[in-house]
Amino acid sequence: MLRIGKLPITFFALFIIVFPWIARVIPGIGHYPDLLIFAGIYCLMTMGLSLLLGYTGQISLGQAAFYGIGAYVSAILTTTYGLNPWLCMIIGMIVAAIVAIMVGVPALKLRGHYLAMATLAFGIIVFIIFNEEVEWTGGPDGMSGIPGLSVFGFNFDTTEKYYYLVWFFVYAAFIFTINVIQSRSGRALRAIHASEAASNAMGIDVSRFKIMVFVYSAILASLAGSLYAHRLNFINPTTFDLFFSIKLLIMIALGGMHDIWGAIIGAFLITFLSFEWLHFFGEFEVIVYGVILLLIIIFLPHGLAGIPHIVKGWLRR
Amino acid sequence: MSKKITVLVLVCLFGIGVVITPALADSYKIGAVFAVTGRASFLGDPEKKTAVMVADQINKAGGIGGKKLELIVYDTEGDATKANLAVKKLINQDKVCAVIGPSLSGTSMAVVPLAAQYKTPLISVAASYKITWDDKANKARHWVFKTPQTDTMAVEAIYTHLKKRGINKIAIMSVTSGFGKSGHGELVRLAPQYGMNIVADEFYGPKDTDMTAQLTKVKGLAPKAIVNWSIGPTQVVILRNWKDLGMTSIPFYQSHGFGSRKNIELAAGAAEGVYTPLGAINVAEILPTSHVQKNVTMQFFNDYSARYKEPLSSFGGHSWDAMHMVIKALRAVGCNRTAIRDFLENNTAGFVGQHGVFNYSQKDHIGLDKDAFLMIVVKNGDWALAQ
Amino acid sequence: MEKITFASQLMQYLITGLTVGSIYAMVAIGFNIIYNVTEIINFAQGEFVMLGGLIMVFLHVAAGLPLLAAFPLTIILVTLAGMLLDRLAISPIRQPSVLTLIIATIGASIIIKGIAMFIWGKDPFDLPAFSGRNPIHLMGAVIQPQYLWVGGFLIIIVILLTFFFEKTIIGKAMSACAENPDAASLVGINVKHMILLSFSLSAAIGAVAGITITPISLMEYDRGAMLAIKGFGAVVLGGLGSFPGAILGGLILGTIESFGAGLIHSGYKDAFALIVLLAVLFIRPSGLLGSVEVSKFKRF
Repeated sequence: MLRIGKLPITFFALFIIVFPWIARVIPGIGHYPDLLIFAGIYCLMTMGLSLLLGYTGQISLGQAAFYGIGAYVSAILTTTYGLNPWLCMIIGMIVAAIVAIMVGVPALKLRGHYLAMATLAFGIIVFIIFNEEVEWTGGPDGMSGIPGLSVFGFNFDTTEKYYYLVWFFVYAAFIFTINVIQSRSGRALRAIHASEAASNAMGIDVSRFKIMVFVYSAILASLAGSLYAHRLNFINPTTFDLFFSIKLLIMIALGGMHDIWGAIIGAFLITFLSFEWLHFFGEFEVIVYGVILLLIIIFLPHGLAGIPHIVKGWLRR
Repeated sequence: MSKKITVLVLVCLFGIGVVITPALADSYKIGAVFAVTGRASFLGDPEKKTAVMVADQINKAGGIGGKKLELIVYDTEGDATKANLAVKKLINQDKVCAVIGPSLSGTSMAVVPLAAQYKTPLISVAASYKITWDDKANKARHWVFKTPQTDTMAVEAIYTHLKKRGINKIAIMSVTSGFGKSGHGELVRLAPQYGMNIVADEFYGPKDTDMTAQLTKVKGLAPKAIVNWSIGPTQVVILRNWKDLGMTSIPFYQSHGFGSRKNIELAAGAAEGVYTPLGAINVAEILPTSHVQKNVTMQFFNDYSARYKEPLSSFGGHSWDAMHMVIKALRAVGCNRTAIRDFLENNTAGFVGQHGVFNYSQKDHIGLDKDAFLMIVVKNGDWALAQ
Repeated sequence: MEKITFASQLMQYLITGLTVGSIYAMVAIGFNIIYNVTEIINFAQGEFVMLGGLIMVFLHVAAGLPLLAAFPLTIILVTLAGMLLDRLAISPIRQPSVLTLIIATIGASIIIKGIAMFIWGKDPFDLPAFSGRNPIHLMGAVIQPQYLWVGGFLIIIVILLTFFFEKTIIGKAMSACAENPDAASLVGINVKHMILLSFSLSAAIGAVAGITITPISLMEYDRGAMLAIKGFGAVVLGGLGSFPGAILGGLILGTIESFGAGLIHSGYKDAFALIVLLAVLFIRPSGLLGSVEVSKFKRF
């Protein structure tokens, strides 16, 4: 699980690079790069959550709050104060990190369902603030007129340009996350997941590690939020509600939570299911979504990332 | 074994993604995005049903200039991301002539920039004036129109009525969803203009079970009237609490979201004497025959009830208005996005719709004024025109 | 209209808070029954409440059954739904971890909600109050007769459950499963059956909550999630696994919301309740009455 092959990473990167050309040729999927922008934004969050959940065993039902903090910091500072979007993005990440430390230090002492409830409560409180502070956030009607991104006069104004921008960030975060997993810290994280008491005894500063991972996941979520805000040029609170936090958890569970690839596969699957494929089922959409979820949980306990192992098992037989 | 089946099912699902929907060769396409499911389904569901019904009626009557009308509806679930993606797909993939929707002010704001970017007319069915009005540039958004009345008009209608009765000490209550917040903003903003003194300003959540606490606080402040802005079950529950607390001597005003007879029924007697500003469509049967909207509203009322066997929701009227104006444009200029936009702005004056008589102009892409609301009172369990 | 005094206002907040809190408490008890046997937090618990309300509306209002017949029939039907949930979504999972079980209950709640939307549509439904709608006046505050029914049913549930767990063989067997499932199966208790029973019981309690709250707040297909979150909050506040804790947690949450809305700021009333919850957790990581042992359980 700690070994992550170089070949799939290279292959995946190539796929991402050439995909917009493929999409242009095949009829009916011309808009898929647009969907992949959002899949990429979700990947940033699921990677952080995967590290937290799959590698340290800590749950968070409040990730949407950090996503929202990034988005709202970017939106408010660019529209109300006219600051540079890139600067706002960095400020957003700093704010998210500070909030994560403030929440994480007391909350990560909690265990299991208590931690779930504490992060859930945090997420709801942040959502209520987005909703209620109308003068700052525009309330439920949201904020519009958020500028797009540009660098040295080069505008990321088309779908394809933004696609490459988002995936650049995803790839950078991916490589960084893999390095963390394969480093000494990664082994420490696995040890925490296996047994906190034993890790403590071996001299691993458990609580410091947990908080570091929590902060890292918050920073990634905040970056995702900023990218989202500058892409849509609009944000409103419902994007950052509790149900989105749950959706992130679902992505991890379906993709496979003990594997960083699971985070990416889960983000892809849910993006395409909810934005594209389930549309074919019309009114039954919700039920089909629930059934898919249950089927995967029941029959693929290691998520979609576990399929290769199953296939290997078949071939051996 | 079961694992194999699951994997197969998943592969099939991925396959569905690439199935191409066959396009009708000779047709005009209208795209629509409504919150058909999710928290705003009370809007999107009747809007979708109405749009589908109108399209069927047009096709049954021979289509538009010999061409079929094809309606493509996507569900936004009230989600900004989904609305944004769906509108882009309608414009670039499905190549529609015009887009109707989304249902909510929030989701509308999320797609407004796309209309200008892709030069496609968008007719929103949501309330906020910001959808068609660019505050920064101080002019109407070139490509965006909308059919519903704004909250401003509803508030003006209520305040005008209060003023006529000599009431100026009021309590306002609102739900913390987009609908409530938007109305709340206008209630507060317009209060000084009408000399209204707001003595209490209370909120509750869209899924709250009881509003007794908030009303108790209001009761202590003894206002001369209560104005409530909400939608869904809370606007009924609050009426029951109002009656239980013995507050019926304080006149109660509901927003235009109260416009369904179902609500009177659900209130189980507690709605008696409640005032609400409603569009003509809500009260088609009690309109005098001389009323300019009498015929269109009765027609729609009968068609909808016959087809869906459920009480008409006035929100469907917004998509009726949008559909018919776009169809009018298609008949006149064909599927030319620029020409449709110009036609809507210049050639639809005097269009008699479900929610008023529309007069779009270069400066006004809302097309209605506060006369689009009639003041209605609940009397003997039914609507009646208020004095 | 007569003026209302500050004291009466406080009284009213208390009454409202206790009523809403009783519903949270019922949901919380349902959480605990399943949790104690299986360590699962069943996020579909709110859907049982929704089903209870809507099935009761169907049987009593639409089908015209008398209250006394519709009430038990509703409970039976919702109990069946609870059993189905266990059979179709929980027991097929062969390698359960806390996360997969949480996701399974979320998946199940999505399906139940989808089916309910399909059957009943998206509109809210009303149920006549059990004993009319003439309010009772107490110290200037107003009590709906239905409020008393809600409180009364909470008390009945508590008495019945206490009797069940203390006095009956099955109840004792269930408690044994909660203590130590391996040991329980060694002495011949069928743990699978106990899990099924726990789902049935908590579904039945959810149904009672739904039936009693619908005349006050109406009921529609998507109300379950909110009730589940509040119930989960109550259970955690009181301490996972503790029945007195669940009741205390529910009543406290309801009361804070009511007083917060009345005295401070109604827009932030849910936030107040959650801030109090967080404060309690940070001071007492296992809730008010929860045992520290229970809180130290497995990882994800």
